[in-house]
Amino acid sequence: MSDVLILNGRVIDPVSGVDDARDVLLRDGRVAAVDSPGALKGVAAAETIDAAGMVVAPGLVDVHVHLREPGQTYKETIATGTAAAAAGGFTAVVAMPNTVPVNDSVAGLNWMLDAARGSVVKLFAMPAATVGSMGGELTDFDALCKAGAVGFTDDGKPVLEDHVMRAALVAAARAGVPVSQHAEDTRLTGGCSMNAGPVAFRLGLRGMTVEAEARIVERDIRLLREIEKAEGLRPHLHVQHVSTARAMDAIRQAKREGLHVTCEVAPHHFALTDEAIGDYDTRAKMNPPLRAEADRAAMVAALVDGTVDCIATDHAPHAAHEKEQEFERAPNGITGLETALGLALRVLHKGQAMPLARVVQLMSAAPAGIVEMDGRGALRVGSFADVVVFDAAAEWSFDVAKTRSKSRNSPFDGAAMLGRVMTTVCEGRVVYRG
Amino acid sequence: MVRSSKYAAGCLLSVRDLSVADVSAVLGLTTRLEAMPKVERAEILAGRRIALLFYESSTRTRTSFELAAKSLGATTTLVSDKSSSIEKGESLKDTGLTLRALGAECIILRHPASGAPFLLARETGLAVLNAGDGMHEHPSQALLDLRTILTRLGLGASRVDADSLRGLTVVITGDILHSRVARSNAMLLPRLGAKVLLCGPEKLLPEDALGLGEGVEIVRDLDAALSRAQVAMMLRIQKERLAGLELDLGDYIARYQLNGERLAARAPKALVMHPGPMIRGLEIAGDVADGPNSAIEEQVSHGLAVRSALLVRANGLGGFESVTV
Repeated sequence: MSDVLILNGRVIDPVSGVDDARDVLLRDGRVAAVDSPGALKGVAAAETIDAAGMVVAPGLVDVHVHLREPGQTYKETIATGTAAAAAGGFTAVVAMPNTVPVNDSVAGLNWMLDAARGSVVKLFAMPAATVGSMGGELTDFDALCKAGAVGFTDDGKPVLEDHVMRAALVAAARAGVPVSQHAEDTRLTGGCSMNAGPVAFRLGLRGMTVEAEARIVERDIRLLREIEKAEGLRPHLHVQHVSTARAMDAIRQAKREGLHVTCEVAPHHFALTDEAIGDYDTRAKMNPPLRAEADRAAMVAALVDGTVDCIATDHAPHAAHEKEQEFERAPNGITGLETALGLALRVLHKGQAMPLARVVQLMSAAPAGIVEMDGRGALRVGSFADVVVFDAAAEWSFDVAKTRSKSRNSPFDGAAMLGRVMTTVCEGRVVYRG
Repeated sequence: MVRSSKYAAGCLLSVRDLSVADVSAVLGLTTRLEAMPKVERAEILAGRRIALLFYESSTRTRTSFELAAKSLGATTTLVSDKSSSIEKGESLKDTGLTLRALGAECIILRHPASGAPFLLARETGLAVLNAGDGMHEHPSQALLDLRTILTRLGLGASRVDADSLRGLTVVITGDILHSRVARSNAMLLPRLGAKVLLCGPEKLLPEDALGLGEGVEIVRDLDAALSRAQVAMMLRIQKERLAGLELDLGDYIARYQLNGERLAARAPKALVMHPGPMIRGLEIAGDVADGPNSAIEEQVSHGLAVRSALLVRANGLGGFESVTV
């Protein structure tokens, strides 16, 4: 494989703690050298990237994307979704299982991970926790892990029944992977299409309560505690797209208690509130919904204080005709891969003075650690040559017409972004040039 | 609130679209149209095509919009979800585009989904009049209620300003949660100076209702609310939207029914209103509905007049310089 030299950049690697001027050599799909400026002078490389004024960081990792293949390729394919990922600076993504059919078998997982799908970045997958994501019988965790599963989830739906979730946590603990939970008590959210509160009341829409999210998180934490006591196991619960202060408080408490809980927050939940729905804009409809300002502020606070482990996009493409419906009928979800870094830097780095290294960590090392992607999320010798080069000071606005995704359902069309991806390299291959 | 150009001028999607000056202009036009000779009035929208697109049943709203359009000389066509390609799965967008292709210049929409008129207006670019969308709004009802109040209280129904209803307290009682009439009135009347008291049990009136805006207050006790009010609007319990909510009707009647005894004791002079359909013996006693305080039939008549003005406005006529939509 051809060598790539990245010169004159500011290397930020949260794992080794480097935040300084460094030159980087990528060779044979791995990081071959991270050295002082000028030290790699004279090394011949097939490609040299001048990163002067740029940040050079581990490629971003997203543990929560919907790539819609198989079954809904009119919304997205693995090729188009991962092209959007590369454009957003991501070099590894974890595909959710709510495809058609649901990814709940070794055959399905193998098909999804096959090179023939044309993934542009490193593709991982979390298969369904239960057969067909129906919430009943567990899938074959051992066989799926051997085939490469990095965790289990019924995402889009919660694992609702106590005994099923308990069994899933036990089986996942034995397999050494997390159960990734979509925390929504669907018994409380029937017919709801946005956050409960004054905005929902004014718009005449039924609202999902904070309680519907918090109850499942609290229940799952209780199960962790019980399993630790009764089974002597240490299950790993990963809470997806946390959106409420109450659920976040429960997670904060559980971490203090020493339970193995991690969580993610999506950029839209720290950037927007339910006011963004405006006059029934279905591009602001997702699940969990955009919340009130107090909850949004609590997500920011939890990102700042370290309760949040990582940022994940919940990239969820939908075709135009599906979103051009009555608000209550339109499907949940927005695209997010190309706007995540720009929003994180704008809201967290600029808005909250969060150090760049921490933003990078929340989007690379931390998510890579949650699903144990060995050799990713770090920029040190021997790591995979997964690199993002971005201009952290560039201000721009997102133009959804230029998206690499097959779908355009983003509430951030025209929104201000901070930090622009210049180059994305995955295992030594340049997969995006800005 | 001024909406962007993604909506055609003349749309009425929410009372929030209307400035106080717009409300005043609608009322002024209503008066002028009412005074006009029939023959002259029938020329105003001659040759225009207006579609009534109804995804929910309706008596008053549909009939009054249709009669209003016809009295202005327009051609109307009724499309309902029960007898059209909507039954075959045609989307609201495509239904709207079809009506536009057939020459409709204005669509009057009633729809069970909150916000549907915004979608239709965006996708067709036509003037859309919201004739009731889900639990959201029923703006023409609020305007006709306003005209009824102004007329009955002798305040002059041809123009309003931000103080026209200063000192007036209106109590809206019943199933506020599911009521688009309550939302439109609670957002319109305070902008003209009125105080709006919302009254009902927690299940039908969550505290979130306070977010409707300034001048809105929640009072749980109907007797206390009535004692402060000059106008009492009663609402039907919307069984079709209760979605599993359980209600003890006997208890509800005891606490929230407007009957002769309660009215005499608390607000003997209050104007009694109801947007219909009413369930006599539940939210309102028959004798009150038929009694001297009642303006229920006048509301219907004002509906015809106000909707005529809205149709003129929707078709770009009537001298609306300050149209904010």
